[in-house]
Parts: sequence; C-alpha cells; structure tokens
Amino acid sequence: MPEPLAWQIATVTGIRAETPQVTSFALALPAWRAHRAGQHYDVRLTAPAGYQAQRSYSVASPPSREGQVELTIERIPDGEVSPYFHDVLEVGDRVEVRGPIGGYFVWEPDLGGPLLLIAGGSGVVPLMAMLRERSASASSVPAVLLTSARTVEDLIYRDELTALAAADGLHVIQTLTRSQPPGWTGYARRIDQPMLSEALAAAGATPLAYICGPTLLVEAAANGLVELRVPPAQVRTERFGPTS
Amino acid sequence: MNDPLVLDANAVAGDLVELFGFEMTAATHRCAHCGYVAAVGTLLAWTHGPGVILRCSTCREVVVRFVRTPTRTYLDVSGAAYLEMRRR
Repeated sequence: MPEPLAWQIATVTGIRAETPQVTSFALALPAWRAHRAGQHYDVRLTAPAGYQAQRSYSVASPPSREGQVELTIERIPDGEVSPYFHDVLEVGDRVEVRGPIGGYFVWEPDLGGPLLLIAGGSGVVPLMAMLRERSASASSVPAVLLTSARTVEDLIYRDELTALAAADGLHVIQTLTRSQPPGWTGYARRIDQPMLSEALAAAGATPLAYICGPTLLVEAAANGLVELRVPPAQVRTERFGPTS
Repeated sequence: MNDPLVLDANAVAGDLVELFGFEMTAATHRCAHCGYVAAVGTLLAWTHGPGVILRCSTCREVVVRFVRTPTRTYLDVSGAAYLEMRRR
C-alpha cells in the first residue's frame, strides 16, 4: 500500500465553536484520503522569516466524509499553533497539513469490541471519530465512553454524545473535576478505580480500550485498567502532554 | 513515570513515516534491554530536545533515537532487538 505523506494546502471550509476553548475546523483537502478513526494530521505554520511550528491534531470526523476532515483543536494559551487557528484563521483561509497519520491508536468496525473509550479534555477528539464511525457504519459493537472535563461548559460534543447515548446504545459516563452545575448527576472527581470499574462492567469482558488525554491521566487510567485485569495488549494509549 | 511532558510514538508517527517510508506505529518491536514485545506506538516519546527519544514503556530504556540537521537525518534503533512490520 503506498503511503504518500506529502504536505498539502488545505482550505478552511467551516469553523464551529465546541466549548469556550475548543473549536472544530473543517478542512477541504486536494489530496484527500480516507483516514482511520483515531488518526491525526500534522499541521505546519511557516513564519515569513522561515521559522516553522508543527503540531498534530486528531481527526474528529468519520472517514465516510469524503474530501474533508474536521480537526477539533483546543486553544493552548501560550501555544505556537492553536492560537493561530482560534484567533486568526477564517473560512476560506489555507493551511499546510499532511496526513492521515498513525496506525496504532486507530479503530475500525472490523476490529470489533466492546469498546471502552476513556478521555480527558480534548482527548475525546479521536474517540469521537471512533464513535462517529461506529454510528456511520451501523456497528453493533457495545461502546462505553468515560470522559473527564473541568466544568460542564468544557464537555466537548456534549449534545452529540447525549444523542448517541439515546439513539445508538452508547453508554456515557462523565465526571467534572472543578465545578458541577445544579442537578449534575455525573461524577465530581478525577477518574479513579471505582469509575474505571463501572466503565469496565458496562463494556463487558475483555474490551478494546482506547485512552487519550493529558499524559498523567492516560498513565493513571491505563495502569488502573491493567490492575482490573484488562490485558495490556488490549489497552491503547495516546498522550497529549501536559494539561493546558 | 510521572512526567506530564512525555508523549508517545503516536506524536511522532509522521516523522516515522518520513524515516521509514511507511506507517510504523502499528509495527511490532522487541526492546533490546528487557525483551518486551509491543507495538511501536506504545513507546514513550521525549520530543522537547533537539532530537526525539523513544523509550520502552516497560523498562524506560532508549529504543529509538533520531535527530535531524539541516542536511542529514541520524537514526539509532540499537535499542530494538528487532522490528516486525507487514510486507508490502
């Protein structure tokens, strides 16, 4: 299989705010190739003097959307790339990207399940691509999503996840670590062993686990699942680095 | 491992395609230090230096290093006893 990974110039075709700090950018690609859910694109910015900054952003859209990908990007206040997306980029602007990239942290319907997806903050983005692909392919694989965010306003894809939970048999467990709105029925602390146990019980025996988010959250959740006797080879991780 | 800056090989998957010519994170490696066999994607990545260091997720020893100069790329895979990938 040829794997061209040339840089190409994408055109921004849509911008949608997801939360106060997180925005989705739809990009039209001249050399589009179907990605696999969980893959990312590299984005490269070049300053007039030639300095380049490069970051990786997960694809949020399912592979079935031809010609385009949607990247959901969190604004990192002192970042080199994300503030440009949030503060400067407009529909019609062009940006240099290459992808799709990655072959380890991916899921496609043929891999089956059950799926146990665990995310902190914007780590939910590649997992959302998996859930959207599961829905688009009418996969009957059981799926559980455990997400952690600081406040209810920081929950990315909140309405869509509610809809998937209602219509698509997705089991969603959410925890808000900083503040909770009145009537909040989810958890109110960091992801811990009781939460992992509940998610594991809901997913069923020997799930395929995908964990994505801040490095320390990913480490803790992966170790926690292995303590709960999930085979390490069934636990795939993607670390985003420090919390913003 | 308690370092919030550490990433994993997924973060440099694009660089690995540049080096090897095809997707490498799904390839299998065997750590030359402890013998652990796992996907390249499980390797922990230190990316904040001049080059990239990939370490075994089990014993933390160096498995892969690479660094680029303006004209050359240097790649050290002596920490891998073997790499196993799909033929194409």
